[in-house]
Amino acid sequence: MAELTLATLAAQVFTGLVLGMILVLLAIGLSLIFGLMTVVNFAHGSLYMLGAYLGFFLIGYTKSFWLALVVAPLLVGAFGLAVERFLVRPLYGRSIDDPLLLTFGLSLVMVETVRLIWGKIGLTLDPPRELAGAVNLGFTYFPLYRLFVIGVTIVVLVALFLFLEKTNVGLIIRAGSRDPLMVKALGFDLGRVWLLVFGIGTALAGLAGILAGPMRGVYAEMGVTIIIESFVVVVVGGMGSLVGAIVAGIAIGEVVSLTTLFAPKFAEIMVFVVMALVLLVRPSGLFGEAGLME
Amino acid sequence: MNRRAFLATTAAGAAVAAFPTVLKAQGGDTIKIGFPGPTTGPFGALAKDQQQGAIVAMEEINATGGVLGKKVEILFRDDQLKPAVGAQRTKELIENEKCEFIVGGLAAHVQMAINEQTKKAGKLFISVSQSDEITARPDWGPLTFHEALNPTITSRAVGTWVAQNLGKKWWILYADYAWGKQNNAVLSEVLKRQGGVLLGSTPYPLGNPEFSAHLPKILAAKPEVLITMTPGADNIAFLKQAISFGMKKEMKIAQPLHWLPQLKEGGPDLYADIYAGISFSWQLEEAIPEAKNYVALYRKKHNEPPGDYGAYAYSAIHEVARGVALAKVVNSDAVASALIANPVYNHYKGKQWWRTCDHKAFQDLWIVKGRERSKMKGDWDFVDIVQKVAASEELDRSCKEKGFV
Amino acid sequence: MTTLRRWIATHPVVGFLVVFAVFPFLVPYKALATQVLIYGLFALGFNLLYGYTGLLSFGHAAYWGLGAYGTGIALAKLKVGSLWLALAAGLGLAAAGGAAIGFLCLRRRGIYFAMLTLAFAQLLYFVGFHLADWTGGDDGLRGINLPPLALPGATISLDTSLAFYYFAFALVALAVAGLRRILDSPFGAVLQAIRENSERASACGYDIQRVKHLSFVFSALFAGLAGSLDALRLSLVPIESLYWTTSGQVVIMTLLGGAGTFFGPFVGAATFLVLEDRLAVFTESWPLVVGAIFMAFVLFLPKGIWGTLLARLGP
Repeated sequence: MAELTLATLAAQVFTGLVLGMILVLLAIGLSLIFGLMTVVNFAHGSLYMLGAYLGFFLIGYTKSFWLALVVAPLLVGAFGLAVERFLVRPLYGRSIDDPLLLTFGLSLVMVETVRLIWGKIGLTLDPPRELAGAVNLGFTYFPLYRLFVIGVTIVVLVALFLFLEKTNVGLIIRAGSRDPLMVKALGFDLGRVWLLVFGIGTALAGLAGILAGPMRGVYAEMGVTIIIESFVVVVVGGMGSLVGAIVAGIAIGEVVSLTTLFAPKFAEIMVFVVMALVLLVRPSGLFGEAGLME
Repeated sequence: MNRRAFLATTAAGAAVAAFPTVLKAQGGDTIKIGFPGPTTGPFGALAKDQQQGAIVAMEEINATGGVLGKKVEILFRDDQLKPAVGAQRTKELIENEKCEFIVGGLAAHVQMAINEQTKKAGKLFISVSQSDEITARPDWGPLTFHEALNPTITSRAVGTWVAQNLGKKWWILYADYAWGKQNNAVLSEVLKRQGGVLLGSTPYPLGNPEFSAHLPKILAAKPEVLITMTPGADNIAFLKQAISFGMKKEMKIAQPLHWLPQLKEGGPDLYADIYAGISFSWQLEEAIPEAKNYVALYRKKHNEPPGDYGAYAYSAIHEVARGVALAKVVNSDAVASALIANPVYNHYKGKQWWRTCDHKAFQDLWIVKGRERSKMKGDWDFVDIVQKVAASEELDRSCKEKGFV
Repeated sequence: MTTLRRWIATHPVVGFLVVFAVFPFLVPYKALATQVLIYGLFALGFNLLYGYTGLLSFGHAAYWGLGAYGTGIALAKLKVGSLWLALAAGLGLAAAGGAAIGFLCLRRRGIYFAMLTLAFAQLLYFVGFHLADWTGGDDGLRGINLPPLALPGATISLDTSLAFYYFAFALVALAVAGLRRILDSPFGAVLQAIRENSERASACGYDIQRVKHLSFVFSALFAGLAGSLDALRLSLVPIESLYWTTSGQVVIMTLLGGAGTFFGPFVGAATFLVLEDRLAVFTESWPLVVGAIFMAFVLFLPKGIWGTLLARLGP
C-alpha cells in the first residue's frame, strides 16, 4: 500500500461524501414511502436507472444537461404517481408483502423495457462542459462534477426539509407517518398524500440516477446493486426517519470509501456488517421509532 | 452525442429487439449445435456478437449444402451469466433438443458449469470465451475444447509488450474475482521477469465501479503504466473517473482486452490512447484474406463490423462442421478425435491449432491502441493496430503445469 | 377437476407422491422436473417459516448455500465416498447455520428481522467468495462427482436423469411427509398461532422465541436438503447460491404458488421454472413477460395459484 497521507485520507472522505449523497437521495425516497405507506418499494433501483436513461434521452433531445437535470426527475416522479395510483393503491388493505412483490415484478419489467428501447450496450452520459475538469481543494484535485453532486443534494435536502417542516402538506405527511389512523380520522384524504409522497420519493430516485450517470455510466443493471445498499441505509437510519436516512447515508458512504482505502476486499461486506451491528444494538435503527413497522 | 447517433442507437435497440432467438434451418435432419450465452444481463452486447458470428458461420456452411448432406442448426439459449442457469440450459439443449454439440459460454464460471454438464453427457463442448481453468485438470474433459484466448496468454502477451514499450513501473487495479485475480497474478509475474517494479496492486469489488477511492493513491505513486482489469460497465466508469482525475496525462493506461461494444459505448473520448490486447479487430481485413471474407459476410448480414467474441463463435461453429466432415459421423467422440488428429485450421485470422494435451486453440493476437476521434476513418475505427503477437505455446502454461503428464 | 383438487388438499402427502411420481413425463424434459422438485423443496422450507410462522426471511439463500457447499465440499474436497455422508454434511451445516443465524436474527421482529437475515446471508456470500480454496470462489465449486447410491442389498448408479429424479423424489417425499407431521402436531398449531397473533400466543403460555427458533431451524434444514440435492444435480455449487437473488427467487416462487398453503411452494416453483424455461426459448425479453405475469398475479390473484384454487373449493 502506498503511503497514507492526510491528503489521500481527505480525498477519500470527500469521495465517501459523494457516494453518501447518492445513497441519501435514494434512502429518503425509500424511507418516506416506507414510513408513510409501509410499502417496500423494490422498484426504487429501477427508478434510479430510469432517471439516468431519461436524462440521456433528454440531453440528446434538448442538448442541455441542466434542462435534463430538472425534467428527468419530474418525469420519473410522474411515472411514480402513475405507479402508486394504478398499481400500488389497489393493494391497500391486503398483505403487507404484496407491494414488495408487485414492485419486484415492476423492476423486472422496467429493466427489460429499457433494454428493448435503448439497446443492450450501456450509454454515455456526459457532464456539461461547465462542470468538467477538476478543482484544487488544497489537499488534492477533485472532480468538479462531484462537488456539484454534493451541492445539488444539499440544496434538495434543504428544500425538502422546508417543505416538510414549514408547509401544511408537509405537516400532514409527517403526521401521517407517525399515526396514519389519526390523520384519517381527522378527515384528511390520505390517498392524495400517499400519491404525493410516492411522487416525491420516486422523483428523488430519478434525480439520484441522472446525477450518478456521468460518474458511473448508464446501463440497465445500474439499479440492481444500489437498491440493496439503499435499503440498508434506510434500515440503519431507521424506517421513516429522514434525519436517519441522511445520517446513515453519509455514514455508510464514508464506511465504504474508507474501507476501500484500508481493506479493499471488505468494502462490499462492510455495509452489511454495519447493518447487522446497528440492528442488534439499536433495534429500530439509529433514529427509528420503536413500534413502527415491527 | 448528436441527434443522428442518438436516433441510431434507439433504432439499433429496436432492431435488437426484433432479432430472432430461435433459428431452425429448413428441413428435418439437421446437425444441432446448442449455444448458451448471456443474452440478458450486462454482457448482452458481447453475447449478441457471439450469436451473430455463429449465424454467419451457419449460413456460410449451409450455403454449400451443409455437412454430410445435413444442414447445421444452432439453438441459442440465455444463460443469464449464471452458472446454474447455464447448466440447466445445457441440460435442456442436450436432453430436450437432442443437441450433439455445444458451443458457447461467455463468463468463465458459466463455461465451467456448462462443461460439467457436457462432460456428464458425453457431448463435445467448444468454449468461446476466456478461462484459464477449462483447459487444465481437473475441469478439463476429453471432449472439452477451448477456442478463445485465456488470461495467461493475454496477459503474458500484453504485459511483455507493455513492459518493453511503455514502462516498467506499474500499478495494477483489478476486479476482485477470478478473471481479475488471474490476470493480476500473470502480469505481476511478467513484470518481475522483465525486471520491472510493481508499485501497487489494488483489488476492487466487481460491479461496484466507485474508483475515486483509489485514484488519488495511484496518482501519488506516479507509475509509468496503470494496468486495469475492469470488465464491462466498470470499464466505462473507470475511464470516466480516471480522466476526470487527469490520469491520462500522468501515465500510460493499458488493459488486457478491448471489447468492441465497450469501445462503441465509451467512444474515442474515453478510449483514445488506451492500450490493450485484442483477439481480432475488423481492420485486419486489409491484411488477412480470411479476415476480409469474415468481415464482409458479417457486415452484409448484420450491418456492422464484427467484434472478437463473434469471431470466436464463427470459428468454433466452423470447427464443429470441419470435425464432422473429417469424422464422417455426427458423434462427439469421433469429432473430437478427428479435430485432434487434424489440429491445424484457419477460419478468420490466420493459422490456429489445437494443442493435443489440453485442446487449447493457439492463435495470433494483436496489441492495439485507442484512436483519437480526429484520426478515425469512420464510425467503427476505434483502434490502431500496433503490433501482432504471434501464436505461441510459450504464452500459455505448459501441459505439465496444467496437470497433464 | 374439483374432486382431484379436493382430494389433493385433504391427502397432501399421497397427493404429492402421485403427482410427482409421474411429473417427469408431464414436462418437456426430465432435468426440468428435477429442478422443479428441488426448488419446490426450497420453497417448502421457506414457506414453513413465512407462510406458517409468519416470519419473512430475505436471506434463505444462506441455508440453501450451506447445504450445497456442505455436500459439495464433502465430495469434491474431502473426497468422501458415501452419498449419505455427503448429504448429512450438507444438512448438518445448514442446520447449524439456521440455528446460529436464527438465534441472532430472532432478537428482532418484522422488517428488521428480515434485513438481519439478509445481512447474514450476504456475510456468508462474502465468506464463500473469498474462501476460494474451499468453495471455488466465484468460479464455483466443481469436481463434485456423484457417488452411486449405497442401499442395503444394492448399489444404484444415479447417472441418468431419470434415476437421479427418483432419488431426489424419494428424499423430497420424506421431507414433505415430515412437514406434514410438523404442521399437524401441537408444535405446528403454535406456529400458526404465532403467525395469527404473536402476543396472544405468548399470553397463552407458549415460549414464542423457542418455537420460532425451532421453526427457523426446520426451515433451514429443508432449504439445506434442497441445496444439497442441487449441488448433486449440477455437479457444481455456484457462488450465486448464497446471493440475495437466490433468496428473492424462493420468495417469488412461494408467493406465486400461495404462501401458507401446503402445495403452494411446489405449484409456484413449477410455474416459475417451467415458464422461465419455455419463455426463454422464444424471446430474449422473457424477464419482461415473467415480470408482467408476476404483477398480474399480485394484483388479481394474491393468494397465489394454489391458494386461489383452494379458496374456490369452498370452506
